[in-house]
Amino acid sequence: MGFWDYVGSYRERLLFDAYQHASAVLQCVVVATVAGVAIGVLTYRREWAAGLATATTSAVLTVPSLAMIGLLIPVVGLGVAPTVIALTLYGLLPVVRNAIVGLRGVDPALVDAAKGIGMSRARRLLRVELPLAWPPILTGVRVATQMLMGIAAIAAYASGPGLGNEIFRGIASLGSANALNQVLAGTLGIVVLALLFDAGYVLLGRLTIPRGIRG
Amino acid sequence: MADTGAAIELVDLTKHYPGNPRPSVDGVTMRIRAGETVVFVGPSGCGKSTTLKMINRLIEPSSGSVRINGEDVTGLDPVKLRREIGYAIQSSGLFPHMTVAQNIALVPRLAGWSGRRVRARVTEMLELVGLDPGEFRDRYPRRLSGGQQQRVGVARALAADPPVLLMDEPFGAVDPVTRGHLQDELLRLQRELRKTIVFVTHDIDEAIKLGDRIAVLGERSRIAQFDTPEAILAHPADDFVSAFVGTGAALRRLDLTRLRDLDGTGCPTAHQGEPIQQVRGRLRASAADEMLLLDRRGRPLRWLRREDLAHTEGPLTEAGTPVGGTVTRDATLREALEAVLTDSAGRVAITGPNGVYAGAVHLEGLLDTVRGLLAADRRRAREHQEELEATRPGPTLPEAEEVTAGRVEGDTAGRPEGQAAGRPEGEAAGRPQGQAAGRPEGDAAGRPQGEAAGRPQGGAAGRPAGEATASPAGSGATGIPEADIAEEPEGDAVGSAG
Repeated sequence: MGFWDYVGSYRERLLFDAYQHASAVLQCVVVATVAGVAIGVLTYRREWAAGLATATTSAVLTVPSLAMIGLLIPVVGLGVAPTVIALTLYGLLPVVRNAIVGLRGVDPALVDAAKGIGMSRARRLLRVELPLAWPPILTGVRVATQMLMGIAAIAAYASGPGLGNEIFRGIASLGSANALNQVLAGTLGIVVLALLFDAGYVLLGRLTIPRGIRG
Repeated sequence: MADTGAAIELVDLTKHYPGNPRPSVDGVTMRIRAGETVVFVGPSGCGKSTTLKMINRLIEPSSGSVRINGEDVTGLDPVKLRREIGYAIQSSGLFPHMTVAQNIALVPRLAGWSGRRVRARVTEMLELVGLDPGEFRDRYPRRLSGGQQQRVGVARALAADPPVLLMDEPFGAVDPVTRGHLQDELLRLQRELRKTIVFVTHDIDEAIKLGDRIAVLGERSRIAQFDTPEAILAHPADDFVSAFVGTGAALRRLDLTRLRDLDGTGCPTAHQGEPIQQVRGRLRASAADEMLLLDRRGRPLRWLRREDLAHTEGPLTEAGTPVGGTVTRDATLREALEAVLTDSAGRVAITGPNGVYAGAVHLEGLLDTVRGLLAADRRRAREHQEELEATRPGPTLPEAEEVTAGRVEGDTAGRPEGQAAGRPEGEAAGRPQGQAAGRPEGDAAGRPQGEAAGRPQGGAAGRPAGEATASPAGSGATGIPEADIAEEPEGDAVGSAG
C-alpha cells in the first residue's frame, strides 16, 4: 500500500489523532502561557526571583521527555493527565523567560511616566507593561508551541492522545506492511500541524500587537 | 481656565537613601506661588529631579512635607495625588502602543470622564499645543518628530487640567532649534493657563528663558539662590551660582526685557505734509537732534536731523535719510541693541502693529536703560538674598573645602560684609587683586561699564570701560593683576581689537 493510499484509507483515524494532538498542545500552551506570564509578572522585578524562575524552568526542560512521562505515570496514572502535566511544564520555560525579558525591557521612563500620571500598579501592568512586553511573550509562546508539538508525540507512550499513537504503532510493528506509512503519517501530520499553528501565530501577532510597536 | 495654579510649599524636604551616609536631598524649604513657573536648575546629580519627584511622590520623602494649596499631600493616596498633578518627562514618555489620542485621553479616563468629554478634550489639547487634531489624533508616537512627541507629552500632562505641572527636563532630548520652539510654546501656554509649573533642567539658559523664578540647586539640592532670572544674572549669590550662570550674564539679561516694557523710548515726530516751519520749531523745542518723519499711516519714513531741516527747501519726504531697519515693540533689548549697532547712525525706529511708529531707541539711551535695569536687578537680588539667608538655618556659603584659592572671584564686593569676613583668609589673599579691589563697594549706580559686560568672568571687572570693550579677547586677561594691565601700552589693547 502506498503512503497516500494509507492516508486515504485511515483518514478518519488520522484526522482524529491530529485533532487530539492539536487540542492537547493548544490547551497546554494556553495553560503554560497563563502560568508563565504570571510567574514572569511575579518575579521580574526581583533579581533573585527571576533567576530562580528561569533556572527552575530550564531544569525542567533538561529532563528527557520520555523520562518525564515515565516518572509521571506512577504518580498520576496513564492517559491524559501525564501528557498535560508534562507538556505544560515543558511549555513554561520559553514563556517565563520571554515574559521576564520582555517586562524588564520596558523603558523605565515609560513606567515612570505611567506612575507619574496616576496609574495604579495593576493598571500600569495591564495597560503599559504587558502590552509593551507582549511581542517577546508571543515569541515565547510560539517557541513553546513548536516544542510541544514534538514532545506531545511522546505522550502516546503513556497512552495519551495524539499523532504519537500513529508513530508508536508503526515502531511497534516495524517490518509489517504499513509500519513505515504509520510513522511517516504521524510525523508529517505533526509537521503540518506545527506549520498551521505558526501561521496562526503570525495572524495572532497582527491582531494583538498594537500597530505602534509592530516591527 | 484662568489662574488655575496652586501654591506649593516644600517644608524641610529630605531624601535619605539607605546605604548612603549623606542625604540626596537635604532639607529643601521653598514656597512656590500659584501660577508661577519655578525652574530648578543645577548640575547633574544634584538631586533636583529627586526633589521634583517628591512633589508627586514618585519618590517618597524621608522627612519633611509637601503642601499643595495648604494641604499636606504626604498623607494622600499617591495614585490619586498624581492625577491632580501633570507630569511631563524627557523624550515625552508617550506610550508607543497607544495613539496620540489614547495617550492624551489617559488621565481624563482615569479620572472617569465620559467618552464624549474625553474626545472633546483630546481635540482641545491638540489644538492647544499646536497640532492639527485631524492629522495627529490617530497617529502612533513613533510617527511623530521629537518636537511633536514632546508637544503631545505636554498635552497629556495638561489633559485633566491639573493645577500643578511638573516637568522633568522635558526638552532635554530634542535639537536646539526645536527646543527653542517648544520653550516659546510653553511660555505662550503658560500665559494662557497660569498653571503652577515646576520645571527641572540643567540648562541655565532654558531656566532664564522660562522661569518666573529660578532655584539654583547645589549639592544635595541645597538652594544656593532662589530668585528671578534677572536677579540671578545680576547678582549671583555665591561662587557656585556665578560659576553655574557662566559668562555673559549682562548680555543675557538683555533677552529678558522687551522694548514694550520700557518707557521713555521716543523722539520727536513730524507728519508727512506738515508745514516745514512747524516741524523745525518742534525739533528746536526738543532736546533731540533728530526726528522721525511719519507717513500718512503713521509709519516711520525718514530721519530728519537739524541740519537737514535747516537746509532743505523741498518737501520733507526728500530731506534727511530714509529709515533703514526698524524693530518691533516685542523685540528684546538684545535684538534692539543688535539693530542699533548695525545702524550707521546708531538709532532705530520702533514700530507697533501694522508698522506704525511706536518710539525710537539710540545707543546711549539703550545703554543707560540696561545699566539702570542691571542696577535695579542687583538691588532687588541683594534684598532677596538677605531675606533667604535670614530664614535659612546653617551656613549659606559653600563650605571651606569647596572653595579653591585660585578661583577667579567675581562678586565678593556685592556680598554682605559678614560673609566675606567669614571666608578663609588664604582664599581672599589668593584672589587676583585687581578684581576685588577694582569693584566699587557700593551699589551698582556708580559702577564702571566694564563690570556690567564682563561680570561673571570677573576679568573685565576692574578694568576701565574702554579697555574692556577694545579687547575682544578680554577673558584672556582674566586674573591679570590691575598693575599689569595699566602698564600695557594703550596701542596694544586697541591693536588687538582690530
